[in-house]
Amino acid sequence: MSGLVVGAAMLGVLTGGVYALMASGLTLIFGVMRIINVGHGALVVLGAYLSFALLRGLHIDPFLGLAVTMPAMFAIGLVLELLFIRPLRTDREALSVLVTYALALGIEGVLGYLFSSDFQQLRVWYQTASFAVGGFGVAYVYVFGFLLSIAVLAALGALLYATTFGASIRATMLNRSAAQLIGIDVERVSAITFGIGMATAAVGGVVFGITNAFNPGSHYDLISRLLTIIVLGGLGSLKGAIVAAVLMLVIEDVTAVVVSPTWAAFTFFALLVLILITRPQGLYGLRAREGT
Amino acid sequence: MRIAAGVLGAAALLLPVLSPDPSFLNIGVFTLMYVGLATAWNISGGYTGYVSLGHAGFFGLGAYTLGLMLGHLRVPGGYAPFLVVPVVGLVTAALALPVGWIALRTRAATFVIVTIAFMFMLQILATNLRPVTGGSQGLGFPVPQGWSPAFVDVPFYYAMLALALLALAISWALRRSQIGLGLLAIRDDEDRALAHGVPTWALKIGAFAVSAGLVGMIGGVYGYYVTYVYPQFVIDPLIGISMVLMAFLGGAGTIAGPVLGALLLEPAQLELAYFAGSARLYLVLYAAVFLAVMLLLPRGIIPSLAARIESWQAAARRA
Repeated sequence: MSGLVVGAAMLGVLTGGVYALMASGLTLIFGVMRIINVGHGALVVLGAYLSFALLRGLHIDPFLGLAVTMPAMFAIGLVLELLFIRPLRTDREALSVLVTYALALGIEGVLGYLFSSDFQQLRVWYQTASFAVGGFGVAYVYVFGFLLSIAVLAALGALLYATTFGASIRATMLNRSAAQLIGIDVERVSAITFGIGMATAAVGGVVFGITNAFNPGSHYDLISRLLTIIVLGGLGSLKGAIVAAVLMLVIEDVTAVVVSPTWAAFTFFALLVLILITRPQGLYGLRAREGT
Repeated sequence: MRIAAGVLGAAALLLPVLSPDPSFLNIGVFTLMYVGLATAWNISGGYTGYVSLGHAGFFGLGAYTLGLMLGHLRVPGGYAPFLVVPVVGLVTAALALPVGWIALRTRAATFVIVTIAFMFMLQILATNLRPVTGGSQGLGFPVPQGWSPAFVDVPFYYAMLALALLALAISWALRRSQIGLGLLAIRDDEDRALAHGVPTWALKIGAFAVSAGLVGMIGGVYGYYVTYVYPQFVIDPLIGISMVLMAFLGGAGTIAGPVLGALLLEPAQLELAYFAGSARLYLVLYAAVFLAVMLLLPRGIIPSLAARIESWQAAARRA
């Protein structure tokens, strides 16, 4: 039993890393643009389907295919931002939820049209090949996904904290109008941030597509987890998103072993509720009374 | 405005007599259901600005509450279950209090997400508490005996009409009262409202519970109408988002807006589903309509029209 718990906790950390990457994109988008992208889950699923098309059509390994899918998703992000997010002027936060929800439904519909609603899975050798940790088989894909996520997160950190463009992203997060006043093109920053968020969704999509059977409707489950993670961490906080993602996935995987898999997701949501009772702003959220 | 409401009300009352076609009445039942849902959602989401995307949770809670009460009390099918519906409203409103107590500590975007989380928690509970709810096997309702297929829609039509009118009456009374002013003040600037002595906490929790109770009653009648409910189909995120979209289309925070939104969108939705044939095409079309509404009319039809008329009048005065 204790071996199983250790193995489950380890799996939780590994998958938590991937969720941390996906949630980082989402929380960054919120921080910069003050919008909740409910379509993020659908975009992860879109990323999984892009990899699926490459794998089935051209036999390109999903991880290597990221060289194509990440830029593609980045470009899709720029277009979506331009068409659907930028025109929102009044009551942005509330309307963005509805608009991105509509985007999610649209993507679900288009994917269903192109790929049917049958369940698919990215089949690669490292999906089933595994090593044992305390009697608990861990497939290699989790390790690969974790390492890649850490690498992308590190790159994201470097971009944010070591480049001038990163400084303008952080400035826009702190105060949009002040950033505008000192000459930062906040519209451009917003568009690129949205694109970066989509690129993280592409990575998430690969790991999600290998470890889960997915269909166009899989995004509800994903987005509810991602949203819960970024609220738990504190909206707009990158550190919060990472800590919350790992925390939640460990708790979920351990619950699945100790209690039952059917209660795993429930624990996830219950933890959020418990923490919100004492900290409505989440773990690392700052503004408790300013509408976030 | 009043004449339009009168004509609409009379037409709604007489519809089953004028057109007893069951497929037409079926559309009527669902349209009135959404008139009620959008109006009820608006009492909390529209007036206070706390946008809940989790109201489908209360819809499902109401359906399960009614189904379980009918089962345990051995209420036979027929008119009797309708008498239990008000109790369902009280139960749902009471259960919404602790949910609101936690969720309403957060604001804006966080609140939206917390309501989604609550909805999924309820869905998981409905699936996992198999001994109580029947789990994914679903929960059955008593079937009315002796109602012919041609007649069976009529009682449900009037039940939905009654609930829609109840929601409208409450919405109207609130909007014209001191309480309504307080709710709108919360939407405009909650901190300032509090500083001016508006009991914001009591008002927003109260509005949330009233809204949830109404949605619960409508969910109960829905469950009885469809005779069988399953966790994924009665606690369906699409039901939650539809009522919000209708309220926004007509104009969130106005009395007539949600009614107009539901009257326009629900028949269109049903027609679209019928026309599209497949669920995928339906989703694409639904998303397109949805996006068009949000981008072209972000404030909703009624506020946009009112602004347009005002500017015409101003132009006429100047001329």
